[in-house]
Amino acid sequence: MKLPVIDQQPTSTCHSSSGGRNPYGGLSRPGMTRRSFLRRGAATTGGLAALAASLSPLRDLDSDDAPSVQKFLQKHYKEMDGADMEAALERIRNEVEHRYEVRPNIRDIKPMDGVEFVYALNLSRCIGCRRCVHACVEENNQSRDPEIQYIRVLEMPRGSMDIEDGNHHYDHETVPDESHFYMPIQCHQCANPPCVKVCPVEATWQEPDGITVVDYDWCIGCRYCEAACPYWARRFNFSKPTLPKADLNPDMSYLSNRPRQKGVMEKCHFCLHRTREGRMPACLEVCPTGARKFGNVLDPQSEVSQILRTKRVFVLKAEVGTLPRFFYYFDERDPFAQLTIESVDAKTVSAGSAP
Amino acid sequence: MREYLRFLSRCFRLSFHGNWQYYAWMLALTIVALVGLNAYAKQIVAGLATTGMTDQVSWGLYIANFTYLVGVAAAAVMLVIPVYIYKNRDLSNLVILGELLAVAAIIMSLLFVMVDLGRPDRFHHLLLRFNFPQSILTWDVIVLNVYLLLNLHICGYLIYCKYCKREPSRKFYIPFVFIAIVWAISIHTVTAFLYSGLGGRPFWNSAVIAPRFIASAFAAGPAIIILTLQVIQRATRHPVRPAALQLLRRIVTVALSINMFLLGSELFTAFYTGGTHAVSAKYLFFGLHGYHALVPWIWTAVALNMLALIVLYTPLALKMRYLNLACVAMVIGIWIEKGMGLVVPAFVPSPIGEIVEYFPTLNEILVCLGIWAFGLLLYTIFVRITIPVLQGRLLIDVVFHTVQHQVAAESPAAQPVVEVAS
Ligand code: SF4
Ligand code: SF4
Repeated sequence: MKLPVIDQQPTSTCHSSSGGRNPYGGLSRPGMTRRSFLRRGAATTGGLAALAASLSPLRDLDSDDAPSVQKFLQKHYKEMDGADMEAALERIRNEVEHRYEVRPNIRDIKPMDGVEFVYALNLSRCIGCRRCVHACVEENNQSRDPEIQYIRVLEMPRGSMDIEDGNHHYDHETVPDESHFYMPIQCHQCANPPCVKVCPVEATWQEPDGITVVDYDWCIGCRYCEAACPYWARRFNFSKPTLPKADLNPDMSYLSNRPRQKGVMEKCHFCLHRTREGRMPACLEVCPTGARKFGNVLDPQSEVSQILRTKRVFVLKAEVGTLPRFFYYFDERDPFAQLTIESVDAKTVSAGSAP
Repeated sequence: MREYLRFLSRCFRLSFHGNWQYYAWMLALTIVALVGLNAYAKQIVAGLATTGMTDQVSWGLYIANFTYLVGVAAAAVMLVIPVYIYKNRDLSNLVILGELLAVAAIIMSLLFVMVDLGRPDRFHHLLLRFNFPQSILTWDVIVLNVYLLLNLHICGYLIYCKYCKREPSRKFYIPFVFIAIVWAISIHTVTAFLYSGLGGRPFWNSAVIAPRFIASAFAAGPAIIILTLQVIQRATRHPVRPAALQLLRRIVTVALSINMFLLGSELFTAFYTGGTHAVSAKYLFFGLHGYHALVPWIWTAVALNMLALIVLYTPLALKMRYLNLACVAMVIGIWIEKGMGLVVPAFVPSPIGEIVEYFPTLNEILVCLGIWAFGLLLYTIFVRITIPVLQGRLLIDVVFHTVQHQVAAESPAAQPVVEVAS
């Protein structure tokens, strides 16, 4: 389609608008008269005052958030040598002691050789009591208000495996509800983790034992990893985390449950301060049904290896290709015909959960 | 060197001179920018909880504006290509105004990324541990900054040569102009890849996102330029030929048509196939399980874009009044489509099926307005300096206070756009 073109005189200026305007309107006279000097001074002062006023909220900046030389110079986790790490740990000890009046047992625990952790979750057994959710919060020093939870339990209607059908906020008097099954979701510690790939500053990475960790002192808080994770496993500190002194768990490590700051990302780390020292994750220990199994997949004798060999396991969203280390499985037979699990009072634990 | 410093100081002083409209405009922008700065200071203290963002919808208005402005910056090539490749003469005295717009837009988009960070105090970590080439965000940091430098160099060099009454040496800017053309495409492509590379977000994980970004940018960007040029012309008497605006009109028409076509293809694939891949689109256009915060937004955008398209394809568009109407409609329509319509719905429902809606807070909106005001302030100053140089009134050998007098009446000011006499 050829559209006609209006007015193509190459030189015509389209429209003149300045007719009748006083060419000197509002202009100060050249040269530095006393008046113009005063006026300029007043304008500058006014401008600076306005600038200062607009920045005044910064007076309330938390001292923990104020930049300090030591924090500014702290290196990336992978670049720290022993002395650097010790200095960082000492700083954290002092900060925690200052804030919580407890001297924490914080250390930097390295992965063990020949270990790759995986999780297996028995969907036939899980009754949706959310004990794991709360044990995790207590173990890992998450913010209590707003409460940050790493585990989300979905209540799924029988006959569907589509997580779109899951109910995140179920709130029965007792669980399980016979017409549903329950599916806890937490970080799947992917072997091909998109969250790690997208981080612009390498603040999050996969350790040799398969755990994806975050260096809370390195994260710039862009939340790209949160957008990239297909399992909604990452949590951001939108405000300053609050943790009552009495609730602090002083057993902590650099890459796991040390207290976090405002504006950084965090996530499940398979309780690495426990599991790298041979203990089980807090969520597993608290589970009343034994639905949770954890261990080293490189050890053929481990329980998880046997489950992977003998049970019908599956991973969530296999199609996104992230290769999770978190497997779900069902018992071979109908669980509710088999198991005689007492109905657990869920009201107390589920009330107010799942914000 | 001394001469150059003198030039900069003159520019600085010049930006403080103008008629009362100029002062009023600049004062208003300064106030809005400071209000935005104040809101940002509050955000620094209280954290990003001052925004409407949540773990479910973890990006919002900031990233939406960022995306839109990258498009505006890229669209400057729609002036550069006709001038440098097709030797278009109608646009040749305007191309620099487009490149300066790109500079202002890039600065704004970088500011939008800055305010989105939870820990801006750790920005230097980008320099120390740059996850290149894995993270597309690092690609974006590179392409945006290089594009900014390219445009600053081209504009700065040409303006300074003009000021010194020197003939610009072609080898100092022509190569950069051609690099910048390719680069403009790259900034918007990389920004699109930021989204389309995420397999966990089916709404973004589509190959048509990058072409759609480019098409919408080449519609919205030149539309903004059409409007801006008229304001500049009204305020400074800098000549803007009708033929120039009409050329831009044709570019906008084609780009908007392609954009609507791509949007249609996207929607067909989503809705005809159905299933999980369509849930975000369903939420966006029709609402999901009783949640429909974005529905009015997206239909407004569709209506505005359709209106613009219809006007552009009828002879009405030859009248400036209607062309301007179409431009305003599509600038807003595309802003919604790329902001509320592209960034936010990908988060609803969350990857594990939870529906949490996003409502920006007042504080967040004020920060956005502040950045827009700051960007406009910058652009006004750029124009304030450039026009007298281009018109040969601010030159190396012209006494300074004379310039102030001459240009006082013709400085940029907020003016309603009027119809071009034809
Ligand atoms: S589940 Fe999410 S957070 Fe965990 S490793 Fe995979 S992508 Fe990263
Ligand atoms: S939020 Fe932190 S960990 Fe996540 S991508 Fe950004 S910098 Fe990396």
